[in-house]
Amino acid sequence: MSQDKPTSLWTLFFSFFKIGAFTFGGGYAMIPIIEKEAIEKQHWITDSDMLDIIAIAESTPGVLAVNTATFVGYKVRRFWGSLVATLGVVLPAFVVISILSYCIAQVRDNLWVAAAFEGIRAAVVVLILNAVFKLAKGCEKNWFGYTLIGVSFLLVALLNLPVIPVILGAAVLGILYVLFLLPRLRKAQRAHQEEKEGK
Amino acid sequence: MVLLKIFALLFGIFFKIGLFTIGGGYAMIPMIKAEVVNMNWMSVNDLIDFIAIAESTPGPFAINIATYVGIIVGGQSGIWQGILGAIFATVGVVLPSFLIILLIAKYFDGFKDNRYVSAALVGIRPAVVGLIAAAAFTIAIGVFLGLSIGSDQNLFTAATASQGLQCNWRALLIGALAFGFSRWKKKLHPIWMILGAAALGILFFGLPQVL
Repeated sequence: MSQDKPTSLWTLFFSFFKIGAFTFGGGYAMIPIIEKEAIEKQHWITDSDMLDIIAIAESTPGVLAVNTATFVGYKVRRFWGSLVATLGVVLPAFVVISILSYCIAQVRDNLWVAAAFEGIRAAVVVLILNAVFKLAKGCEKNWFGYTLIGVSFLLVALLNLPVIPVILGAAVLGILYVLFLLPRLRKAQRAHQEEKEGK
Repeated sequence: MVLLKIFALLFGIFFKIGLFTIGGGYAMIPMIKAEVVNMNWMSVNDLIDFIAIAESTPGPFAINIATYVGIIVGGQSGIWQGILGAIFATVGVVLPSFLIILLIAKYFDGFKDNRYVSAALVGIRPAVVGLIAAAAFTIAIGVFLGLSIGSDQNLFTAATASQGLQCNWRALLIGALAFGFSRWKKKLHPIWMILGAAALGILFFGLPQVL
């Protein structure tokens, strides 16, 4: 990275404004556009920086786009950089939805619009379901992962339990599983194997 | 004074949503359903409609929904109050990410390699999948069976309280087509599926009303 002339806050703002304006659906759809803008064009970050950012964004709360903007902005121009980049990525959605929400209120009761949304709702169920399948691939593929998926599903789908305690509980279970249960299981397995070999 | 309380509430609830959403996007739906629908700020149907709108407009889902809810809640008192409401909700949902990343960028270089963080995530990831599946389930029984679960109800009490469930065959057909389509064209942007479903909705639900 060349640090000869510092990037202006305006450039940072407009780059992230563009990223916010041309991503439909948000989240991972945003990554290719960020790569093009922040890595290839502006050389603010490298490919491995990008992977780090995604890993950090995945392990911290909040919105991927905002996480990335804040992180890149900070790398380029410290605090003000992060503020300006975040503002840039948020602004397009804010403006578009502000305008649109007044239009939505106008047309919602129209017979054809209402009928269209009846159909759209069925498709949205499918969209959410597909997100479930996609995200399930990133989980531990063993009894622990499957049980947690099942239990958290049942607690919320059947009993309508609040979401936050379920997430916090799962975090505690994850720590217990990885740091306490797994080492013990491995040790027991090793002892068992040594015993077999000894005979 | 009352308006100030509404703004504070918008900020607080969206801050909470931003703080407890790990994974972003659709991982946010269970929290939004719990918080925003329970506040009676929007119905489950409003939320489903808005997911489709957010998929078809620029920007991250979290920002879209915060802006929208801020506008409809604040907007009951006027246009400017609506914009202010949107600002409070949007700043609320963005602030947790912003502050946390700022702290990490500044102080913790080894954050993502921290063994407690990565262990907690081994638990959180599957739980989030289960939570989104639960949201998909409740939304599906609402859309296909017309059964809605109130904030003080669970599936069983809601099912007993409802007078007879009706299967919405037309919606189920559209859902099945959308599912098949999404498996067939995996790379296609969701916006095309939404447009297709809208066309089928007009065909199945709109035309019979005028014919």
